Amino acid sequence: MASKKLKRLDLVFKDEQDTEAILKKTFSRPESDIINDLISSGLKGRGGAGFPTGLKWKLTADTKGDEKYVICNADEGEPGTFKDREILSKVPHKVLAGMAVCGRVIGSRKGFIYLRGEYKFLIPDLEREIERFHQLLEKLGCGFRVEIFTGSGAYICGEESALFESMEGKRGEPRNKPPFPVTHGYNGKPTVINNVETLAHTYSIFKYGPEKFRDLGVQDSRGSKVFSVSGDTPVPGIYELEFGMTLQKFVDDFGDGDTKAVQVGGASGFCVPRKKFEKTIIGYQGKLTGESLPTGGSMMIFNSSRSMYNVLHNYLDFFVEESCGQCTPCRVGTQQLLLGIEAVKKGEKPSSYLDKLLELAESMRITAKCGLGQSVANSFASIVENFKEEMIY
Amino acid sequence: MEDVKQMVKELAGKYGHSEKGLLPILQGIVDKERYISEEAMVEVARELDISAAQVFGTATFYSFLETKPTGKYVIRVCKTISCMMKGKNDIIRELESVLRIHMGETTHDGLFSLRETNCLGQCHKGPAMLVNDTPYAELTPEKVRQILCDIRKKEFPGN
Amino acid sequence: MSEMINLTIDNVPVSVPEGTTILEAAKKINVRIPTLCYHQDLCVAGNCRVCVVEQKGTDRLMPSCAMPVSEGMEILTNSLKARSARKHVIELLVSEHRADCTRCYKNGNCELQELSSEYIIGEDGFIDLIPYKEYTIDHYSPSIIKDDSKCIRCQRCVRTCNELQKIGALAVAYKGKDMKISTFFEKPMFEVVCTNCGQCVNRCPTGALTEKTYVDLVWSEMNREDKHVVVQTAPAVRVALGEALGMEPGMIVTGKLVAALRRLGFDSVLDTDFTADLTIIEEGNELLQRLKKALVDKDPAAKLPLTTSCSPGWVKFIEHAFPGYLDHVSTAKSPQQMFGALAKTFYAKKINVEPENIVSVSIMPCTAKKYEADRPEMRSSGYKDVDYVLTTRELALMIRQAGIDFASLPDDDYDSIMGESSGAGVIFGATGGVMEAALRTAYEVVTGREVPFENLNITPVRGMDGVREATIKIEGALPEWSFLEGVELRCCVAHGLANAKKVMDAVKAGTVNYHFIEIMACPGGCLGGGGQPIPTNEEIRRKRAEAIYREDAHKPIRKSHENPEVIRLYEELLHEPLSETAHKLLHTNYRARDRY
Repeated sequence: MASKKLKRLDLVFKDEQDTEAILKKTFSRPESDIINDLISSGLKGRGGAGFPTGLKWKLTADTKGDEKYVICNADEGEPGTFKDREILSKVPHKVLAGMAVCGRVIGSRKGFIYLRGEYKFLIPDLEREIERFHQLLEKLGCGFRVEIFTGSGAYICGEESALFESMEGKRGEPRNKPPFPVTHGYNGKPTVINNVETLAHTYSIFKYGPEKFRDLGVQDSRGSKVFSVSGDTPVPGIYELEFGMTLQKFVDDFGDGDTKAVQVGGASGFCVPRKKFEKTIIGYQGKLTGESLPTGGSMMIFNSSRSMYNVLHNYLDFFVEESCGQCTPCRVGTQQLLLGIEAVKKGEKPSSYLDKLLELAESMRITAKCGLGQSVANSFASIVENFKEEMIY
Repeated sequence: MEDVKQMVKELAGKYGHSEKGLLPILQGIVDKERYISEEAMVEVARELDISAAQVFGTATFYSFLETKPTGKYVIRVCKTISCMMKGKNDIIRELESVLRIHMGETTHDGLFSLRETNCLGQCHKGPAMLVNDTPYAELTPEKVRQILCDIRKKEFPGN
Repeated sequence: MSEMINLTIDNVPVSVPEGTTILEAAKKINVRIPTLCYHQDLCVAGNCRVCVVEQKGTDRLMPSCAMPVSEGMEILTNSLKARSARKHVIELLVSEHRADCTRCYKNGNCELQELSSEYIIGEDGFIDLIPYKEYTIDHYSPSIIKDDSKCIRCQRCVRTCNELQKIGALAVAYKGKDMKISTFFEKPMFEVVCTNCGQCVNRCPTGALTEKTYVDLVWSEMNREDKHVVVQTAPAVRVALGEALGMEPGMIVTGKLVAALRRLGFDSVLDTDFTADLTIIEEGNELLQRLKKALVDKDPAAKLPLTTSCSPGWVKFIEHAFPGYLDHVSTAKSPQQMFGALAKTFYAKKINVEPENIVSVSIMPCTAKKYEADRPEMRSSGYKDVDYVLTTRELALMIRQAGIDFASLPDDDYDSIMGESSGAGVIFGATGGVMEAALRTAYEVVTGREVPFENLNITPVRGMDGVREATIKIEGALPEWSFLEGVELRCCVAHGLANAKKVMDAVKAGTVNYHFIEIMACPGGCLGGGGQPIPTNEEIRRKRAEAIYREDAHKPIRKSHENPEVIRLYEELLHEPLSETAHKLLHTNYRARDRY
């Protein structure tokens, strides 16, 4: 047993077998009350971006539309993340209940689960669960229906507008924003798109009320979070923990005693070196300061045997392939970063070339069309700046 | 040729005769044929009244929508960081030596194709791979041999 | 109805309607924001990121082409932050572009080159990606060369091919570093549904899509003592050539064009407008004959509506997209091909040169004409009727190569015979022009009177609306055309293949019942053709159209059937419209092609 300090929570995975009662109770409440509960709970999107869930539902509810959609984003592709798979296999009914309530609140009768192709093996169980759930909805007089839409191997489809494009039969290329999904989502209709975990959390909020959720975590980061822990750890796996811990506490619990760095938030997240563990808090505290890190839940631990050059190389390789390719900074920038660190390593470019690459990464962050291209700079800058000597020698 | 026509017609009947049905139709073709041939794409374009180039463009965007002939079993080894740290290269070496092919190739008997892929979401149980839709995690070279052996046995029960 | 939004751009206040983009607002106050993927004719893509600007107080930059204005915005288009990010974007584009500028056909006419120069992209840029990439250069098409190594993935061509033209030959394929512009299964353009219209060429910012050039071949033909080189010039060339030689859009340069061609060394300088008039006689009579067969004889083989056939992009489009409707297309050849057939028969005899020693060159606003000239059907003279097709751009290049100061050339006249034309022939170059020319003649043939429009200007068929309809009632028909008395001739004009498709879909669905449809593959008609000077946009096309109608208005002869050289041609060779000789030389047939 690794943990001595961090409290393990069991809100998401506890299977309470009370979906019917929760739905009955929630359906009987005014939509505005449900939205207010979500807003006061402080729940933010668990996919990584951290948009307030209650506000998202409210904006979509306030948008007029003959047709609206609820979409569960199960295109979990961020390296180091596997919690949504676990949630969908262990407590799918919570996710479905969250979707149905959302449908009720925004006025939608149709929900989709966009399931990544890599998780196709989940479909048979999930379909059985959906069928059971539909029977329950029928019993409750609710016409909401859920369908699975399967992806086919494209990381970028986790980006919400790319996901809509994909569902519409196109290449998964992110759209220009505005307009946003709350007014122009799937099929150009108002759409709520939530991460699997976010929807599962709404279930707890409907059940226990917003206070219990709000009491967990700190400041702007309320509630619990499901973490996917991998890398150099004796205890890889899924853990539900409270927001607001320092990285030091996390490493004390999950590291192997020789932790050199932790990648928070996957390939598109930040790499934190040992000397910053104490100061780094896990959560979304306002603007990114480097001292407060949001995460979709991926925590990759590296010990001192690891070459951070290899780590960065692996990430960049990933981005070079998974960029949709439409915008210049992302399509070409990722290739330049990859070839650039290779050239420095081989001595074909001077070490000062890394500075040029850091400037490029910053330009990518402020010019790329979507979150993918914008966030390449996160891992790139945090690895290059903190482990510069490993990049050169 | 007629089979392809029939298959695409059925899929379009199921998923609709508009662009919106494109992805499930292409997935359906891959499920049946393991890859999407030129003829199949033309039929899809015809059924959905979109251009063949668009079908090709969309198909090639998604790494699971193969557009070249593949083996009956497509093995996709995760190459992303966690699996790399847990020794995916040993797994690939084992696969290459047992199958006698290189990464990206298909065995002569048309049974196996070998691919690398990005994160499979099995990071806590690396190294991992998919064989068609089935995930295998916590792989070792021995386990890999066993998996291949089991498939071969299933395919050639006599041997 | 829409609200006005107030903002500042580079500290200049501006007020624009809600929904306006930052780029459009900037244009209003004459602030130029550089762009690459943006094109006025196309939907916004927002993918090149060259047009990024800074909004004060916002961390990330925004694409000005895609971002609508909002109240109180303070936009900086040239802040250090915007400038350096933009420079990075340009450097990145240059790094994936085979920047072999001195050897590039588009050298000097490349938007990436201009931006690189403006942003001083030096040699200390990023790593050249070209050695790491596999790329193809497709030069199998007689019309268009597609060089992937020059492509910067702005997707203007894809949007042109799919939205503006609804052809669907080009698409974006693969993703990430492998993302590229591709045809179906990466086949050569020649083997897919490409119509060779060249609208992609008109909009490609670099040298990735260019016309296949025959300039050097024409130069060497002109150098041969034993050859007599005949040149014809299409109607739309004379209102656009000036743009490629430093003049403003909308200048009519017919006289200078003729003078320049003589100076270049062409032996006979003749006019496609002559065969445009001839086309009207043949096609107009074909229409009347079909009307008679359909209305009087009730002959099911007489297919209506009849569509025009002068636009080779349209012809190839219908062969692919509506192969069941080929018998609706006029069998009359295009003016270029009628000219070619006559050049090596009638004209050769006139000037006493053996047809094999005639080299027939045409100057066209069009890339599809190169393909048309190559069609196996186009050898009525026993030779290739038109040997070389040059675009307006290629001619401008030859004029520059020859060191001719185009602007100061004195006006000159076409040679005779086959150099005379009417105003009706001239307006062939604008959308609606063939319709107008045909009506001017057909109405008069049937009634013996001029079309009842002031100054013969049939304004309902003019303009730039994508699809236009007009109805002309025939009154007072001559006895032999009495079956047409009181008939309302229902006409339709469409330009741009997306509009053509719309019309043909309606014809197919039976929701319209036109008698005659004019279709031009390119937006604006030939004046917006794929071989015309770059850039193109609606304003430029409008100016070219105005010039064409100006030229028509000033012509002493306005109706095709009054062209004295055409009359002479019938007297000496053809005898009457649709005669056997006419059929042999001036008519053709079409072939059904694969839709995909």
